[in-house]
Amino acid sequence: MIRLVLLSLLACASIGVAAEIPPQDRRSGFEFMSPQTQAMQSEETSNPGMLWVADGERLFGEPQGSADKSCASCHAEAPKSMRGVAARYPTFDEETKRPIDLMGRINQCRVKRQGAASLAYQSDELLALAAYVAYQSHGMPIAPPADSRLQPFRENGRAWYEQRLGQLQLSCAACHDDRWGARLGGSVIPQGHPTGYPLYRLEWQNMGSLQRRLRGCLVGVRAQPFDFGAPEYVDIELFLMERAKGLKMETPAVRP
Amino acid sequence: MKWLVWALFASASVASATPPVQSVSPYAVVGDAIEKSLTGQAGDPSRGAELIQQRHKSLCVLCHSGPFPDPHLQGTLAPDLTGIGERLSAGQLRLRIVDMKRLKPDSIMPTYYGIVTNGKDTRIAEGWRDKPVLTAEEIEDLVAYLRTLRP
Ligand code: HEC
Ligand code: HEC
Repeated sequence: MIRLVLLSLLACASIGVAAEIPPQDRRSGFEFMSPQTQAMQSEETSNPGMLWVADGERLFGEPQGSADKSCASCHAEAPKSMRGVAARYPTFDEETKRPIDLMGRINQCRVKRQGAASLAYQSDELLALAAYVAYQSHGMPIAPPADSRLQPFRENGRAWYEQRLGQLQLSCAACHDDRWGARLGGSVIPQGHPTGYPLYRLEWQNMGSLQRRLRGCLVGVRAQPFDFGAPEYVDIELFLMERAKGLKMETPAVRP
Repeated sequence: MKWLVWALFASASVASATPPVQSVSPYAVVGDAIEKSLTGQAGDPSRGAELIQQRHKSLCVLCHSGPFPDPHLQGTLAPDLTGIGERLSAGQLRLRIVDMKRLKPDSIMPTYYGIVTNGKDTRIAEGWRDKPVLTAEEIEDLVAYLRTLRP
């Protein structure tokens, strides 16, 4: 009996929580890429994500829905009104009393203020609008708001991040905290920071949201992914943004 | 006696953060090995050689490197398997593939022969529920192949 207790203590201790990456060692996925892919991101003329940004600029000024208003009708001059916004999302939504991500907010504005239909997470329009808004924070440090109402949701995001998931029973932390820099098959494991979204991924040959990226990691461990727009993704993003605090926003980034 | 310690160890790890893993059909762990073939028969090393490279099925090369094709697509998360047949017996190889977590509860190596209970915390994807990662036959093929890896 005593032995059983001792052994279970031992097992718990060795399972232990993964070590967090100290702030001075935090690095964007950009730094794990080849020089060619880095150049593709850094040169705006070669960065495919800039096409979505340009499209987003156009859509931002286009009247929509029954209200016949554009985003710009309420938020004139995005370079000023949207500066720094993406760097502090997700934020607390007074209406639903829970966190909302940037794409969720854009859709909320469409439905409530423009009288238009909400856009799908993987639609070019929503990717373009989110890319254009997030581009206004390019180069700014990630700065999660100090709002204590967000804390329980962030803790829920952390719990998912540390949970062993799927048939393969791997946690996000096992790869992104404990084994970043090592190779999983042919891919270098980055630290899993959400600095560049929406971004252009060469493997997708397309622009994609953070939720699409998280879905990929979930499917990889043979877990049932959450539906697009699920609150769990927003909670995980909240945790990831806190973890990436101080890293610079890169939207639209490029990833392999 | 040794067996008892492993059995306790295994139940201790089940009591922790890892959800319960049921074995598919019973097998006996002696020391750090499963001496008896899971199928009662010897595996086929050539099928094992084929299977170990199938990164979407066996997954081995996602983590391990070894004397297999496409070294640039092999992972660096786990020990190199070159010469493993000299270092480990068939029984030791079998236990490591069946359930590495019995030897090392915090291992990232998937349990290949066991069923993880599905639930809202484990979220096994629909197509992967209620089945082990590999079958008993496939594991025997891998054991037979790995035994051939001698320096
Ligand atoms: C078995 C390893 C593994 C696990 C487990 C895993 N990831 Fe990943 N993750 C990767 C790899 C490898 C990449 C790089 C992209 C690629 O090549 O697939 C990546 C990329 C990412 C990125 C993109 C980073 C960037 O620079 O754009 C984020 C964010 C991320 N993962 C978060 C997560 C979260 C959250 C979880 C858990 C739900 C998770 N990952 C689970 C291996 C993993
Ligand atoms: C997600 C990662 C991962 C996968 C996939 C994986 N392993 Fe492992 N394996 C490990 C790690 C890590 C170790 C070292 C023990 C530890 O730290 O848990 C290991 C150890 C081993 C050992 C013992 C090596 C030694 O030197 O003692 C063998 C044999 C082995 N694995 C075979 C396989 C085979 C065969 C497969 C595929 C059917 C496989 N592994 C899949 C991660 C993995």
